[in-house]
Amino acid sequence: MTQADATPMPAPIEKAAPKAARKRRRGSRVWWVVLLIAVLYFVLPLFATFWFSARPRVPLAAYAIAFRDPELWNHLLYSFLVALVTMVVAIGLFLPTAYWVRLRVPRLRPVVEFVTLMPFVVPAVILVFGLIRVYGSAIPLLSTRTGSDVVLVGAYVMLAMPYMYRAIDTGLRAIDIRSLTEAAQSLGAGWPTIILRVILPNVRVALLSGAFLVLAIVMGEFTIANYLARPAFGPYLSLLGNNQPYPAAAVSLISFGLTWLALGMVAYLGRGSRGRLPAAAVK
Amino acid sequence: MSDAGTYLELASVRKEFATHVAVEGFDLAVTRGEFVSFLGPSGCGKTTTLRMIAGFELPTSGTIRIDGRDVSLVSPNARNVGMVFQSYALFPNMTAADNIAFGLKIRKRPKDDIRKRVGELLELIGMSGKGTKFPHELSGGMQQRVALARALAIEPQVLLLDEPLSALDAKIRLSLRQEIRAIQRQLGITTVYVTHDQEEALSLSDRIVVMSQGRIEQVGTPSEIYDGPATEFVARFVGQLNVLTGHVLEGSTGRLGIGAQTIELGRSLDGQPIGGQLSLAVRPEAIELGLGDATHPRLVGAVKDIQFLGPVIRVRMWLDGEGGDLRFDTFNRPGTVPPLVGERVTVSFPADSAIVLEAGPTMADPVEDEDIL
Repeated sequence: MTQADATPMPAPIEKAAPKAARKRRRGSRVWWVVLLIAVLYFVLPLFATFWFSARPRVPLAAYAIAFRDPELWNHLLYSFLVALVTMVVAIGLFLPTAYWVRLRVPRLRPVVEFVTLMPFVVPAVILVFGLIRVYGSAIPLLSTRTGSDVVLVGAYVMLAMPYMYRAIDTGLRAIDIRSLTEAAQSLGAGWPTIILRVILPNVRVALLSGAFLVLAIVMGEFTIANYLARPAFGPYLSLLGNNQPYPAAAVSLISFGLTWLALGMVAYLGRGSRGRLPAAAVK
Repeated sequence: MSDAGTYLELASVRKEFATHVAVEGFDLAVTRGEFVSFLGPSGCGKTTTLRMIAGFELPTSGTIRIDGRDVSLVSPNARNVGMVFQSYALFPNMTAADNIAFGLKIRKRPKDDIRKRVGELLELIGMSGKGTKFPHELSGGMQQRVALARALAIEPQVLLLDEPLSALDAKIRLSLRQEIRAIQRQLGITTVYVTHDQEEALSLSDRIVVMSQGRIEQVGTPSEIYDGPATEFVARFVGQLNVLTGHVLEGSTGRLGIGAQTIELGRSLDGQPIGGQLSLAVRPEAIELGLGDATHPRLVGAVKDIQFLGPVIRVRMWLDGEGGDLRFDTFNRPGTVPPLVGERVTVSFPADSAIVLEAGPTMADPVEDEDIL
């Protein structure tokens, strides 16, 4: 081999290095632009709502009116309580279901997943007319307040199903439920103990994520609560928007802030969750 | 009815799944304090049998008794059987101490008793002071120790271990298997151990159950299994073995034809017709390079391959006269000159080391060198 044959290799490498760096920098800039567009898409409506809510002559007067209205807190509290009951019922229903399907009948998973998607297929307005038809006359639950609340929670559990079931199923996927179940069984544990003390603590973050989604859905839901004539936050906001647009914008932002507060709580409660993950996933 | 001294008994146990029979005609009697290993290749039914003892699978037919009590249909949480899993199966949300205490809490033992028992077990597994660690903070070996302590905490009637060392690296596997055996001896607990690793089974067990295709091939002590394999499957699966196909030339003297060569075993092969085919098994360690003792059968062939393995040299030869393949090891002593590839050599072996095999299932896949002793 001659010297000329041996030397040309370094030159292309030197040229290629800055070219690759330039390409990386350009790619990075593109991602920053995408991120900026996403942020604007998200923040602009909020800013516009705030701008609108601050339009009255006295700045933030709309917020003062909204806060002074006791109905706001009544409706917020009602929706919050309904959301809490919905979460408990949804967890109580979907955790054992998802667990059992994964443990005993994994072949049925596609069927169950399809069923959980039904609330996306059936619009809320159809659902509520069905509920009124069944529980208004055939089974007269809607004739009492408590009965109506039960029907409302039942409807919200159905609306929450795709979100809650999938969140739980994803959480269960991250742990070896079969081995954990069998280990607990061999130590003498029965089904309630296994679900409450072994499975549930290990899908805590998944449950919190699902619960947050339930909270967000219930706090913003209008159609079902309105047709069932329940004093929920959604119908209140709608009514307020018809009569007092500025306070309605202010209340929208307040509810948005509360929702984000709930998200923050999920993140806070879910911190230090390494203990729930399988060892292999942590290492 | 159980024999006297039988603690764990499986009688005519059969397990069918939708598409196949996993275990069939399984009969076994284990005495109190005995360490029995189920050994066999993947899919032979050993784990299914263990899971039936644990109660995770119900037998299709047959009975399982523990200390005389029929537990065949008893749920797993009512059997008082401890189980150690390949994947450790520690509860990730609990510390090592809480994991060990879990079964005791279920049994509603007094708190002081639980604390004392957990302390004792942590000491037994050499992890005192590590009780507050979560599973993800422990190494694989430590996690499996905790899993063992957790299973022992409830003082089970039978301890079941399902390939507990498979997920660990070789060095830890070796030390932990010695620990498991020491703890089992110390506590005198009846133990059933599932493994596909014959070295583990041979080194740990009082008795080994060799399984194939859902059936028991042979039950015996490690030396019985190794030195006197009942079937060709056992012979091939446990240890390395040369199986030569021969035909009987003279039954009374044990004269056999191996290909075109003739050897004499010096013992009668009663019941074997002249000209009948049989399998002759010879352990590689019984084969010696050279003529050996005058009474030793000899075979001649050409060296096909030589592998240098440090302390030993593994030689593979092809026997003259279509006699087949033969493998043997020779120690790499100072001054040893290994044969050359292609060289024609003579090997010999003591006649009584050759085992005439019964008919039995042959292995679908030959055992790789790495898997055998």
